[in-house]
Amino acid sequence: MKQEGKIAIWREYQKEIADDKYFYVRSCIRQNFFPGSEVTFLRILRDVLKKDVFEHPCHTTCSGIGYHGDVVPVETAMTVVARQFALMTEAGYTNYVPSCITSFGLYTEIIDTWHHFPEVEEKVRQKLKEATGREFNIPSNLAHASDIIYKFRKEISARAKYKLINHDTGEPLRVVDHIGCHYSKMFPSKGVGGAEYPYVLAGMIEEWGGEVVDYPERRHCCGFGFRQYLVQANRGFSVACSKEKFESMKPFKPDMIITNCPGCPMFLDRWQYVINEMEGTRYGLNGEGIPVFTYEEVAGLVLGFDPWDLGLQMHQTDCEPVLKKIGIEYSPEDKYKTGVKTFSQNQPALANV
Amino acid sequence: MGNLYDQLMKDVRFEEGLNACMNCGVCTAICPAAEFYNYDPRKVVDIVQGKDEEEITELLKSETIWYCGECMSCKTRCPRGNAPGLIIMALRALSQDLGYFVESEKGRQQLAIKRTIGDWILSTGYCVYIDGISLALHPEQGPVWEWVQENKTELLERLGGNYKGEGPGILRKIPDDTLAELKRIFEVTGGLERYSRIEEYSKRKAEEMDLDLNEGIDNEYFRHIYKTNNGSHTR
Repeated sequence: MKQEGKIAIWREYQKEIADDKYFYVRSCIRQNFFPGSEVTFLRILRDVLKKDVFEHPCHTTCSGIGYHGDVVPVETAMTVVARQFALMTEAGYTNYVPSCITSFGLYTEIIDTWHHFPEVEEKVRQKLKEATGREFNIPSNLAHASDIIYKFRKEISARAKYKLINHDTGEPLRVVDHIGCHYSKMFPSKGVGGAEYPYVLAGMIEEWGGEVVDYPERRHCCGFGFRQYLVQANRGFSVACSKEKFESMKPFKPDMIITNCPGCPMFLDRWQYVINEMEGTRYGLNGEGIPVFTYEEVAGLVLGFDPWDLGLQMHQTDCEPVLKKIGIEYSPEDKYKTGVKTFSQNQPALANV
Repeated sequence: MGNLYDQLMKDVRFEEGLNACMNCGVCTAICPAAEFYNYDPRKVVDIVQGKDEEEITELLKSETIWYCGECMSCKTRCPRGNAPGLIIMALRALSQDLGYFVESEKGRQQLAIKRTIGDWILSTGYCVYIDGISLALHPEQGPVWEWVQENKTELLERLGGNYKGEGPGILRKIPDDTLAELKRIFEVTGGLERYSRIEEYSKRKAEEMDLDLNEGIDNEYFRHIYKTNNGSHTR
């Protein structure tokens, strides 16, 4: 397709994103695996951009992983989500911002279902009232946290300490964007750029100086597949999906991967470790792995935050190749300094790639 | 019209996910599970819209309905606006309601998901919780995760978390009254009933298979369903 055609399609899928007063709900997976990313999101929104972001201490899981693991019934998931909306309503907010893509997809699905089946919404309202005494309004604006960073990509760029540019060569870094399936595959009009040409991460990459890598399996699932990862016997599916993506992107020599889903960065990071352990294959340049980042981590690096404040030490695939290419100042000896039990880089189990 | 089809139609996802399928197979072409498993979502949709009671029964007891990863790539591409992924979710729900899930190796795994994700939701307020993500269950997490687990209190504090703390923040303690609300929601919406059925049918199956099944995850049946792969599922 000609570039003009792509741009026209993207224009059809520009969504409205609120510009302030956000009710923020956390991601179960990200709190465990990428805690620094959620902290960084709030740091950028509150401290750098001076936005009002409210977090209710009594919000919970949306139950989405249980719903897509098929142990939580649809009526239950809807009512748990309705309770989250009730907390937003009680706090006086209308702009709902989930950190999680599974949650974002679930909220989108539920609001769409209620639109088509008002009797289902009414039943959920009754059940929520019966269970908790709460009532709710549907958010007037639902935007994923990556939509918010996309919206303010230029403001971040204006404050940038670093760009996604190789400081030795002056060339833009080659960046793979990986969009979580539930961001827009179910409801293309709810994502920036739709499902075929989602622009939410590509927009950040281009704004911050990088070059977007297009490759055949760009839109393929990372392989989470819920039960396909949650149960050990099924993980061959999960690693096979990621491997298919790595094999497909390798010829394009990406410097890094950026993601907007809770599970995807973890799988694309860990499965590189596993594939290296299983067969000795590494997909990055110079025998290294391909570093995998969340969009908040990349935004934080661009703004000059310390890599270890961002939580990059929690990655299994080393982030350092990208730090070096950009020319980011960091302290290697501080990486695993936290805690009483130290991480010896000489341990044979250490197979950081 | 068969009884099972009527039951499927009560699931709003089934009603939303199935219009008249013309069997073009685009869903199968785009499906990651169809690349890996002996799986063809086109056939699944064809069977259910055929409304044959016997064939739907066979499907509900089969390995087939458990191969989908619910990525919903099929929803994007279907020219008729169908969502085979939503149909699969309705089939899985009915399979568990009727106890048919224990008749397949992949279906039996539902107990493992219930006893991890399902129980964590009600005990912690999180779907996934750091204390339960051990290297024993997740060896693929690697040596860095082992370091994270050994230093999680200090590391989460270092990164600005609120592990087991009061108030908002990363991995905060979810208040007891909030957990009580969650449990009450599960009670009035059928969530606890789903959990009970998974437990009840799994217990019967464990006895039939002569495998020990106690509480929690340290028992023969859990280990069996969590790790066993008979190798017949893939292409």
